Parts: sequence; structure tokens; C-alpha cells
Amino acid sequence: MNEDRGDVVLSVRNLKTHFPTDDGVVKAVDGVTFDLHQGEVLGVVGESGCGKSITMKSVMQLVGKPGRIVDGQILFKRNRDGTNTEEVDIAKLRTNGKKIREIRGGDIALIPQEPMASFSPLHSIGSQIVEAVMLHQDVSKQEAKRIAIEKLNEVGMPSAEQRFDAYSWQLSGGLRQRAIIALALACNPSILIADEPTTAIDVTTQAQILELLKRLQREHGSSILFITHDLGVIAQLADHVVVMYLGRVMEQGAVSDVFTHPRHPYTRALLASIPSLHSEPRIELPTVAGGIPHPLQRPNGCPFHPRCPDAIPGTCDVAMPKLLDVEQSKVACFLHHDEAEEADA
Amino acid sequence: MHLFILKRLLIAPFLLAIFSVIAFVLIQAPPGDFLTSYIAELAQGGTSIGQEQIEALRQQYGLDRPTYVQYFVWVGNLLQGDLGTSFEWRRSNAELIGERLALTLTMTTISLIFTWAIAIPAGIISAVRQYSGIDYVITVLNYIGLATPNFLLALLIMWFAFDQFGVTVTGLFSPEYVAAPWSLARVADMMSRIWLPALVLAVAGTAEVARVVRANLLDELDRPYTEMARAKGLPEWRLVLKYPTRVAIAPVISTLGWYIPRLLSGGLVVSVVMSLPTIGPLLLRSLIGQDMYLAGTIILLYSVLTIVGTLLSDILLALLDPRIRTA
Repeated sequence: MNEDRGDVVLSVRNLKTHFPTDDGVVKAVDGVTFDLHQGEVLGVVGESGCGKSITMKSVMQLVGKPGRIVDGQILFKRNRDGTNTEEVDIAKLRTNGKKIREIRGGDIALIPQEPMASFSPLHSIGSQIVEAVMLHQDVSKQEAKRIAIEKLNEVGMPSAEQRFDAYSWQLSGGLRQRAIIALALACNPSILIADEPTTAIDVTTQAQILELLKRLQREHGSSILFITHDLGVIAQLADHVVVMYLGRVMEQGAVSDVFTHPRHPYTRALLASIPSLHSEPRIELPTVAGGIPHPLQRPNGCPFHPRCPDAIPGTCDVAMPKLLDVEQSKVACFLHHDEAEEADA
Repeated sequence: MHLFILKRLLIAPFLLAIFSVIAFVLIQAPPGDFLTSYIAELAQGGTSIGQEQIEALRQQYGLDRPTYVQYFVWVGNLLQGDLGTSFEWRRSNAELIGERLALTLTMTTISLIFTWAIAIPAGIISAVRQYSGIDYVITVLNYIGLATPNFLLALLIMWFAFDQFGVTVTGLFSPEYVAAPWSLARVADMMSRIWLPALVLAVAGTAEVARVVRANLLDELDRPYTEMARAKGLPEWRLVLKYPTRVAIAPVISTLGWYIPRLLSGGLVVSVVMSLPTIGPLLLRSLIGQDMYLAGTIILLYSVLTIVGTLLSDILLALLDPRIRTA
């Protein structure tokens, strides 16, 4: 499938990130598998608490205590100088060790959710970008400053040279977001991880930022992992999408395919809950029935079955369906197991 | 920045004027005056003094004049640089306070350096390694430090030094230097002794500052900017010291202003126990003897130090945090 996609740059295999607590183990990420291809935008969607942020933090080994990657692989094709590629299993790296510190910021950069809180209020934005440049590139301070201003210009920061000395709290929300993108781009990373980067800003600015990300992605050919709960943003920006629920992948595939032919009942429910311009006015918007269960009380079998309109008693509440190829997508649902096995055969 | 300092300097005289009134009211508050306590002391010794003589003394000291006149005479003299004369010691206040103030400030400064040098690293380690063995050790030491009255600690150290090494650690000078004029040797002698009372004074403050740093840093370590610094690839210790610590120590610096007067009064018991020639015992004596101008001058000096300390902490905070600088 998907022969026209580029090389896989990041392959997450059966990733499990668990949080042991006094009351039991919270399985925030419990067997997630997906591939990120060169030059594509992969959207990761799901309700709050479905483990999408923890998945992304795991990729950078940034999971806070007491969380820990307990199983699985995060295979990253590292290619700094453009010649030799080495494959690194990030899941095996020591948290805060030398290797992961080289990868963080240098190869995989984060675009965080709250740009206001993500800049230190005590240091100018310029100095924080210069710091990143000098960490990963062997350049002088002047050269680093030149690079920083170049990046600020690239993300459309007006009068970048003066803004270099500005503090984050002196900038507007949109400019702050641009500044943090400049920081992420500072070392030309091959992967950008955007963690709901547009939640904190208004819709107009949001559109501009998405436009910017699209342009940067085209120009640099970098790959973006884009986390959001906003399906509209995914439709605009992403090539492929991963739908997560309670730490597991429910469905994944090309956006065009998944959004037009959602196969998993959860994906269908999410899509149905989006208001449409063409729907009748004043009708009640469908919602996904029920709420996300308590993290320590995960249902047996398919985690979605208590909320699923099509759940098969005796099947869905007993075993977890495998993630299987169904036409162009992958779906983890018993409703599609027969088709999948036929496809396999 | 300069404007910021200038504004604070301009406020200082007004604050001082207010403090001088308060200081004067305070020393006038106890019933009677210096002469009543002087007469009472004489009577205890079996001497009595004639009514006429009392009136003469009262006039001589200006105690017969209305309170507000006394206040303005005092303040007027202060403004001309005359700190007045002690009734009890019959010496000028400047002479009485001078050396003691210098010694007290030296001891306080050393004590402050001890406090910060121990407490800030301890607080940082405690926060970064939360719930680890070292965190528990530091926490227990903190509570012991907080709970031990410092005069008791002083007594224990004095006993230990005498019992083990046969050394008396009281006073700030060895016997041969007590009355000697200032010389490099005398300074060296003082420095060889002053660190001990300074350390004793630092103990409780250290525990408190370490707790404050730990609590603040724990908050800051969870902030997105700390994670962002980590996501850049910064080594853990470097990012902890550069970003969250700078925010976490701000409250410690902002209390610098209170630290000085608190040590002056907090050091009183230790000074008495260890017979240190600091300013605390002098203030105590002047209050008991109703030596009002001496007491008032010392209290006013405390106010000056508080204002200077606060100004200093404001400047340090402004250097630390651009939001204060530009506000």
C-alpha cells in the first residue's frame, strides 16, 4: 500500500508508555504503531486524554515522571549531514542522555501548545533561539544570531532584527507562535512535532499559522507529526491521519480516504460531530455517546466498546481487535476483521 | 533601570520621616523616662537623690519639654549628623554604635552568604531529586534547623568546643585583641572567630530559604518553558540552573530587605549568649534603661538598613526579571 509515499523516517512500533501510580498503572499509550514518511504531514487525532501528547513526548523521550516507555520501538532514521543514515531506537535511549539531547532540537523539534508559557519570560526570544543554534551547530555567536534572525524572517516575523531582543510577553499571540516555530526550525530538524500548536490563538491567526507550517514543510521537505483534536485542521494540513482512543490506534490511513470512508465507529462518530455548513440549521449536533472512562478503569476488549453503537456483545468486550489492513487504511475493529482476513488471504 | 532606582531613592526620605515618628513614639511609649529608671536604680543601690537635683537633670536632658519639641530637637540634630548622647553611658551615641554596627553588619553579611550558599543549592537538589534519599536527608536537616533555637545551638557549640578542644568561642576577639586598636592582625583575629556566630545565625534562615527554593522550583520545573528547554537538547543541569532556578530564587531575593533587621533582632539572644559586641545587646540595654535617644537612634538605623536592603533587593530583582525592569 501507499507506494508513492516517501521513505519512512520515523517508525513507532507497538509503543507502550505507562505511568505507575499508587492506585495502579495508567496505560497512557498502550501499543501504538504508525509510520511517518519523509515529507508528509501525519495528523494524530483523538479526544483529550487519548494519549496523543504522551505518544509525541515519548518520541522525544520527554515523558515526565513517573511515566516510562515500557515496551516497543521508536525507530528513527537519523541523517544529519545528508550522507550516512543511522537508525536509532529512541525508546532504548537514556532519558536526558547525550544521544537523545543531540536528536532533540537538532533532528526532531517540538512546536509546543502554549507559546507564551514555552518561552522563558526572563530571556529574550532571540537569545533562546541562539542557544538552540549553538547547541547543535558549531558556529560563532554572531553567526548564530544571523541564523536566528534569518529564521525569524522566514516565519514572517515583522522587523525581525528588532524583535530579536524582545521578550515573549511583549509579542502578540500570533507573533509568539511564529517565534516558537522559528525556534523549532533553528537547526533544520528533519521532523517537527506540533502539539496542538493552534489551540491558544484565534481562528484567523490559526489559519495563518497553518499556512505557514504548510509552506515551511514544502520548502524544507521536513516531516510533521501534527497532534490535534480538531479534525478540520487535519483535513486542511495532513496527508495521513492516525485516530487514537485510550492509548491505542483505532484507524489510520490517507486523510482523503479516512475522512470520506471512515471505517471505525469511533472515527465515524468523531466526523459526525463536526457541524457542517450544509446541514439543516438548529438541529442537534450528534456527539460521541458517553465519556472517556477513568484511566484506571479501562474496559476489557476494545476500549471503545462501551460507547460504540455497533458493538458486538461477546466479541468486542472480550478481545482487543488487531490493527489490520482494510483496503488503503488500517482499522482495529471486529466489524472489519472478515474483510481484512480476506484481503490478507 | 536608572529611573527605577531613582524613583526608589526619592521615596526613601519620606519613609525615613515616617519611621522616625514611629521610632520616637515607640521609645516614648513605656511609662516614665530615663530619670525615673535612673532614680529607681539609684534607690536600689541605697542612694537617694533630691527633688531639686532631679528637676535640674530633667532640664539638662530636655525631658521637661513637650514631646513634639523633643522629637523635633532629636530629628534636627540627626539631620545635622548629631546622633545625640546616651544618658546612661554619658558618651556620644555615634561612638557607642559605630564599632558595634560595623561588627554587626559584617556578621550579618557573612551569615547571609552562608545562608544563600547553603540553602539555594540544597533547595535546588531537593527539588530536582524530589522524593529521593538526598531530598529526605535535606528535608530532615531543614526541620531540625528550623526547630532548633539558635541560642541553644550556640550553647551546644560553646560546650562542645570547650569540652573537646578547651577553646572558648565566645566574643569576636581573642583576649589580646579585645581592647587593641584596629590593625590587620585584629581583623584576621575577628574573621577567625566571626564565622561561628554567623553560621549559628544562618541555620534557621538556611532551612527556611531551602524550603522556599524547593517549593518554587518544583512549580517551575513543570512549566512548559522548562520542557521546551529540554526539547531543545539542553543538558538537564544547565537548563535547570538557567531557566526555572532564575524564577524560583526571586522570592528569596525579594526578602533580602527584611533579612537584615531580622538578623539584627534575631541575633540578640545569640549575641548575649556568646557575648558578642554587636548592636543587639546595646539596644536591649538602652530599652531597659529608657535611654531614649540611644534606643531611638538604633531603631532608626534598623529602618535605614531595611530601606537599603529593600532597595538592594529591588535592584537585584530588576536585574533578574526584565518584566520588573520595564514595568
